[in-house]
Amino acid sequence: MWKEIFSKQTKWSVMKGLIFKEIDDLIIDSLGIVAFISFFVGGVVAIQTALNLNNPLIPKNLIGFATRESVILEFAPTFISVIMAGKMGSFITSSIGSMRVTEQIDALEVMGVNSLNYLVFPKLVAVLLYPFVIGISMFLGIFGGYIATVYGGFGTSTDFIEGVQVNFIPFHVTYAFIKTFIFGILLASIPSFHGYYMKGGALEVGKASTVAFVWTSVMIILMNYILTQLLLT
Amino acid sequence: MIEIKNIEKSFGDAKILKGISTVFETGKTNLIIGQSGSGKTVLLKSLLGIHTPEVGTISFDGRIYSELSSEEKRELRTEIGMLFQGGALFDSMTVSENVGFPLRMFTNDDKHKIQDRVDFVLKRVALVDAHHKLPSEISGGMQKRVAIARAIVNKPKYLFCDEPNSGLDPNTATLIDNLIKEITEEYDITTVINTHDMNSVMEIGENILFLKNGIKAWEGTKEDIFRTDNEAVVDFVYSSNLFKKVREAYLRE
Repeated sequence: MWKEIFSKQTKWSVMKGLIFKEIDDLIIDSLGIVAFISFFVGGVVAIQTALNLNNPLIPKNLIGFATRESVILEFAPTFISVIMAGKMGSFITSSIGSMRVTEQIDALEVMGVNSLNYLVFPKLVAVLLYPFVIGISMFLGIFGGYIATVYGGFGTSTDFIEGVQVNFIPFHVTYAFIKTFIFGILLASIPSFHGYYMKGGALEVGKASTVAFVWTSVMIILMNYILTQLLLT
Repeated sequence: MIEIKNIEKSFGDAKILKGISTVFETGKTNLIIGQSGSGKTVLLKSLLGIHTPEVGTISFDGRIYSELSSEEKRELRTEIGMLFQGGALFDSMTVSENVGFPLRMFTNDDKHKIQDRVDFVLKRVALVDAHHKLPSEISGGMQKRVAIARAIVNKPKYLFCDEPNSGLDPNTATLIDNLIKEITEEYDITTVINTHDMNSVMEIGENILFLKNGIKAWEGTKEDIFRTDNEAVVDFVYSSNLFKKVREAYLRE
């Protein structure tokens, strides 16, 4: 599959349009749900941290610190990617699977178009922008934590901002973006594989979407473990 | 001209095509008929390169498909137009974009030239007001006409049609049949049609290949089919009383 995706490239004038369409479908269309989830989960992380701070010796800036660490290290790159496996992954599998069922992929092949390159390559290029989505998720997660802390009466603005800045390790952001890049490739390739090679009718398109979601999630969680082991230990 | 020599194709233990040889001539509507499971679709897909026969050769005007490189096969495919049973129109594209697709992919023509050609072929298939509609917004018959327009827009040398009349009312089915025949003659294309439809056989069958259990059981023209006493053909074609009466009337004349 990989060899075919990168061989016999579609004409650039056509490919350009396909890439922009995939950026719109996969990246831009995901921003709303990512922003919504990130903001509120960031808020919940902050509240739960605050509620567990019973000891007066623990500084209040721990809320900002814990929110930053949770959001940057795990929530934004990993759990948003698992959510995207459902949103983006099932969209990819069902759109390619429907094309398989309705003979549109056969039509491409019969015309002499490399269908794997035509369908999958633009998705792989589009997900190169996936770290941008996760960057927004990180920002909104921490911002949600800030709003929940300050307006929920759990701490002051100064405490939270100080907590966000304390003991900051820039490599954690690099680590998060390396994970995000790998997860983006998984998000585009695994659902494409399940859609492209599916057999059967409309019912099987639904089944393929479910299987693609499960496998993408499993691979994201496994890769998360492996990358964490490799990069942080 | 497409020449098939002794092709055999199996799936697991089941041998679907058993040594079929024939010639599909240029400028003629060549029909493949036979009962379900007779091997029609496998034969058509073998011609399209979707299936690879284990034995035998398929040559397109002297070019033996199995001996071509991947690049040459792709080149050859740009000379092929295909009308799929369900139309296989790209549902995210408008009618106009669907028809212009092969031109955008395989020519360096500018937008205006492509649009002129699209307008011309859409007019040729009698569709003038559907340019900006999506496939889901037009009828089944119109979808078939769009699919024909897309198949011929790049001036193919070979046109393959899989059940072009399935799901259409008799009027539209006849219109599609006649359109395919006219286009075949007009552009001097080698057309191969896979069909169950006996009206198509009677209307446009210039060369008919009858398959039974993966074997070429009979071959002839639509006139021959009235006169044949081949039991398998008679059983298949004249299974309905209507066609029996048509045959009797033809033979009386």
